[in-house]
Amino acid sequence: MQDPLIIAGRPYTSRLLVGTGKYKDFDETRLAMEASGAEIVTVAIRRTNIGQSAGEPSLLDYLPPSRYTYLPNTAGCYTAEDAVRTLRLARELLDGHALVKLEVLGDPNNLYPNMPETLKAARTLVNEGFDVMVYCSDDPIQARMLEDIGCVAVMPLASIIGSGMGILNPWNLRLIIDNAKVPVLVDAGVGTASDAAIAMELGCDAVLMNSAIAHARDPVLMAGAMRHAVRAGREAFLAGRMPRKLYMAEASSPATGMISPLGKAA
Amino acid sequence: MLTVTFNGQTQTLKHRLTVRDMLDYMGLAGKRVAVERNGHIVPRAEHGEILLHDGDSLEVIAAVGGG
Repeated sequence: MQDPLIIAGRPYTSRLLVGTGKYKDFDETRLAMEASGAEIVTVAIRRTNIGQSAGEPSLLDYLPPSRYTYLPNTAGCYTAEDAVRTLRLARELLDGHALVKLEVLGDPNNLYPNMPETLKAARTLVNEGFDVMVYCSDDPIQARMLEDIGCVAVMPLASIIGSGMGILNPWNLRLIIDNAKVPVLVDAGVGTASDAAIAMELGCDAVLMNSAIAHARDPVLMAGAMRHAVRAGREAFLAGRMPRKLYMAEASSPATGMISPLGKAA
Repeated sequence: MLTVTFNGQTQTLKHRLTVRDMLDYMGLAGKRVAVERNGHIVPRAEHGEILLHDGDSLEVIAAVGGG
């Protein structure tokens, strides 16, 4: 495998992780996941519907475990305790699966992470043997604290969840990327393909998104666009961009050998 | 008679059931779910053995779409 993304010791080809929420139906979910090329897909953990009909399909039926690594999340949890309970249930649901996405929210309107509760939950989960990928603020100090606790990836927001506002503070992301020894993923805020490419060009190891695909007019087409954008951004990062030369033009074509102006002998 | 709370709703039972019987009773037979009883996970292998007590609180979850 060339240039794999390694999370908790396991290699992945795709650097795009995709959420499974907000699609029109399970068929669209499946088609979007396939078009994205994602290998890791996030799922939420919720109470079963009471009186659910026996034949009703479930999300996991559409996303075969042979093809996808499920990443159960704690979306909607506002305390460390609820997040930890949710992921213990997820581990039981998925037969001992250890890779999880921790997010502890602090505000129902902006869905900003509650970092003290996030740190507390991360300590408990790491102690219990979970491989924790953690949604966090773009604060390089707290990102390092999460890494020191033993999280397997830190996932700062690029802008608030579901906003599609793009990469608002590339400098903070760079501070986190430059110091981290674990993968850094942008989680939340990507709106379109160029945002994903910018995240990757900054040096992010991967990008996690849901709304940018699910809320596109054509989610399956956008999923493909994101696949290409993440790949293009990664290759541009590896290739190393040319230095910026502000206000200094430099022609790409030779400056000599031009044809002579009409009416003048050369 | 005993009452148990199932995902926040009170259910009245005529006699004691195992966790598995309770899942069947709630229409979840054969579904991939996980069960927490009074804050502790009940491993799937024990669903057929653990008997519910009066006042037990169950949380029963599944995976759904989410980001």
